[in-house]
Amino acid sequence: MIETPGLMPTENIFPLFVEAMFTKNFLLIMFLGLCSYIGLTTNSETSKGMSMAVTFVMTVSAILTWPIYHYLLSPAGILGTDLTFLRTICFILIIASFVQLVEFIIRRFSPPLYKSLGIYLPLIATNCAVLGVVLLNIQEGYTYGASIIYAFAAGLGFAWVMLATAAVREKLIMRGVDLFSGFIGAFFAATMVALIIVSYFSVVKL
Amino acid sequence: MTVDLMVLMPPAIAVLGALGLAMAAMLVWASKAFHVESDPLVDALMELMPGANCGACGYPGCADFAEHVVAGDASPDGCTSCDAETFEMIGELLGMDISAAEPMYPITICQGGTNCKDRYDYIGAPTCKAAILLAGTKKACSYGCIGLGDCVRACMFDAIEIADNGLPEIKKYNCKGCGACVTACPQDVLVVTKEHGPVYVVCSSHDKGKYVKEICEFGCIGCGICKKNCPEGAIKLVKAVAVIDQEKCTQCGTCIDVCPRNAIVKL
Repeated sequence: MIETPGLMPTENIFPLFVEAMFTKNFLLIMFLGLCSYIGLTTNSETSKGMSMAVTFVMTVSAILTWPIYHYLLSPAGILGTDLTFLRTICFILIIASFVQLVEFIIRRFSPPLYKSLGIYLPLIATNCAVLGVVLLNIQEGYTYGASIIYAFAAGLGFAWVMLATAAVREKLIMRGVDLFSGFIGAFFAATMVALIIVSYFSVVKL
Repeated sequence: MTVDLMVLMPPAIAVLGALGLAMAAMLVWASKAFHVESDPLVDALMELMPGANCGACGYPGCADFAEHVVAGDASPDGCTSCDAETFEMIGELLGMDISAAEPMYPITICQGGTNCKDRYDYIGAPTCKAAILLAGTKKACSYGCIGLGDCVRACMFDAIEIADNGLPEIKKYNCKGCGACVTACPQDVLVVTKEHGPVYVVCSSHDKGKYVKEICEFGCIGCGICKKNCPEGAIKLVKAVAVIDQEKCTQCGTCIDVCPRNAIVKL
């Protein structure tokens, strides 16, 4: 019999946070959400906007999808039937509709924010990092509280890598260093930072 | 494990259907509740605009300009990028008669370039702003054009390039007179002006005459001969450089003939 995880977090929060931000960073270690990573890190303003939007959408998707999975799709839920095979399509449905809703709200209440974020919101709807977070929440069997914290930390992890890479790439492009200006250079730089993180956390044990 | 389709199908369809309907209902409600009115006239006007968002009209972009034109706050001829044909179409759309504004082009208030000595060899980031940050400018004249092309990169119409003499050259065919290059220039040596007529002292140097003579072939030395000879009294000396008051200037050309440094031109 499958147990539904509780609402309050029983996990250790700090390791969870560090895991999502560094040791299992979505961009550098899991290589999820790379399209926006490569596409938007040429400019620090756009990557700032994208990171904010992604962090926000990740957190809210975690809030929405956890109850749907555990109370509707899981065999331990109210229906009592194993509908877990529907999770991907359900999650995408929820994320996409939610992103659309956020777009409506931002457009109505904050036109300047809409102008700066507007083009990235549709990108997030199909961002694999967002789907990755909610699927991992389920796979790892996190409690509700922990899944929200994990999603938020994953968003922060996404944000710091985006900003760090944008800062480096922007300077290199301006300086005209050809090696780092293209896609190949961006992947190369990402690999370097990934190596740094992996080696650091293999020495400093949590 | 065998999966009994007949058992799984109804709840699967029900759950997915219900979720889809719920999300659709939410979006329908949201699109009504958070509806943003957009004027069809603004959309039609946007179609005609050049869409370069150059900002010459004084608004952040073409969309903003179109909104203000429809609201009546802005005159459609404020757009410097539209050609006569487009103005005609916009006039038809808005039911008014619009004549295109007189074309304006930027000129460089500096004849330095290769005529002006360098202070040092600069091999840093190839932008004027970066060169200034390093050690003033790379030119011996701290007021003149640096020639690293911040204006070239600012131009959205490919209308400006650094010529062989190290100065920006305007390709008038492409230029819309939006002034993006003027804003981008850290030395403020670009001015947008009419194509024909105006007389300008093309030097920005406030340095002393002797120093200017040493470093630059054409720099204004602030001798004041033009000021003495101007029949209209339109020339003033501002910190050792002659400046022509365009309001008073009758474009007679006397100053051009008397200038010992060839620092005055008529466009």
